[in-house]
Amino acid sequence: MLPLLGVAGVLVLWTVVSQAVAPDLPSPLRTWQESRRYILEPFFKDGEMNQGIGRLVFYSLVRVGKGYFLALLIGTPIGFLLGLSRGFHQAVDPIVQFLRPISPLAWLPLGLVIFQKSEPAAIFTIALCAMWPTVINTAVGVRGISQDYLNVGRVLKLSRLRMLTKIVIPASLPYVFTGYRLSLGLAWLVIVAAEMLTGTPGVGGFLWQEYNSLVYSHIILSVVIIGAIGFVLDRAMGLVEARFLTS
Amino acid sequence: MAHLEVRGVTKSFVTPWGTTRVLGGVNLAVENGEFVAIVGYSGSGKTTLVSLIAGLLATDGGEILLDGAPVSQPGPERGIVFQQYSLLPWMSVYDNVALAVDAVHPDASASERRALTEEFIALVNLTPAAWKRPRELSGGMRQRVAVARGLATEPKVLLMDEPFSALDALTRATLQDELLRIWSVRRSTVVLVTNDVDEAILLADRIYPMTPGPGAVLGPAIEVALPRPRERRHLSLSPAYQKARQALVEFLRNQKRLDGPHLSQATHAGSGLALR
Repeated sequence: MLPLLGVAGVLVLWTVVSQAVAPDLPSPLRTWQESRRYILEPFFKDGEMNQGIGRLVFYSLVRVGKGYFLALLIGTPIGFLLGLSRGFHQAVDPIVQFLRPISPLAWLPLGLVIFQKSEPAAIFTIALCAMWPTVINTAVGVRGISQDYLNVGRVLKLSRLRMLTKIVIPASLPYVFTGYRLSLGLAWLVIVAAEMLTGTPGVGGFLWQEYNSLVYSHIILSVVIIGAIGFVLDRAMGLVEARFLTS
Repeated sequence: MAHLEVRGVTKSFVTPWGTTRVLGGVNLAVENGEFVAIVGYSGSGKTTLVSLIAGLLATDGGEILLDGAPVSQPGPERGIVFQQYSLLPWMSVYDNVALAVDAVHPDASASERRALTEEFIALVNLTPAAWKRPRELSGGMRQRVAVARGLATEPKVLLMDEPFSALDALTRATLQDELLRIWSVRRSTVVLVTNDVDEAILLADRIYPMTPGPGAVLGPAIEVALPRPRERRHLSLSPAYQKARQALVEFLRNQKRLDGPHLSQATHAGSGLALR
């Protein structure tokens, strides 16, 4: 009941702002009327940039998936190395701390210079921005493994590989998955910026194009969809996380 | 030469408040197949001594020899049962024990290793719970798993660091009886560290009292002249039990008196005198 009340409050505020403050801002009703087709027929395709929301979301999710997968692929081993090796930590941690706060808007042009194409540049940017929570959480998880567990492995003289697979990885898994969840949130955050700057079809690209064609109601549509998908992704990842922790 | 020898071992820890000398020249000799207990107040350095014998810590001075070979690092020939169980929570009972079996029998066939693992689980009566995870078990059951894992490497000496101190009194008694039974079957060499005088007398052939730190040393050994197999019920009436208990409590109390004003705490003799 209360969440509905919150939504109603936002709608009222939105109406007031659109009526009294910003006349260019479409009201909730107009937004719905102009966006209806995109939601009710989510898979229509009239052109490269004029497609149902289902298609746009699909393009964006595939792009995010690629970048996210790349982020985990690179970030997880770096995190483990940071946690396991003092030398590696000393050498690499300053670089991590330096690269971490750099905005996707800064990486994207660099990606375009390197790859000369918008698609790999977008994936490069997503991976580079999304990997840090995975790197840092994995490193923290590995460094925080209880000495008791490590002593069990030492007494049994486990080989390095068995120490890793039987003790280090399972013991740090909860932290690693928290990192994965945060990384997914970041990856989705970056997709909009990446698509806006590269003009590739997807939710973010659609948003930017509709801004340029002055269809403001579709900006709001895009914003709502971006929020909804982000919410669903986070919940889904939370479920995966909980499953891993209890098993 | 004894099976396990500890000669003049010293150990200090550096803390932000200065250096604390925990062990000040510990001597200990354990024969093959012997059950030896070390009894002392909490915080006197018993766990440090166990960690040194296990090789988890390095000595500052003195030496530790197992069958004449110096101990310099941990190894499965010195099994250890930790006070806080230290089971791996992401593994079943079976896998926790199998980890130890696999570590010392890398060349055995899968079926041989499985048979060994099942044997050790059966030894501690946990066969019905073999596929449970540690968090599904009671404290007593967890410590049984830890005992099974400690024995599963068939160590030359099994080190037990206050193994039952986290358990309630009834469970503790049950596990002590279990340990008595297991030891009578396997006759492994055991060094048990405890703050429970009665536990030490019930289980051990010989007891070393440890002086309260800093700079703890072991007092003269007290032989427990109780015949085996031992029965808890008849124990407290036996003159040998009374004698061992008196010698032990006397020594520890005198040490404590030299040490400071906490005298009264250890004077409550009853069923289960524990030193804290």
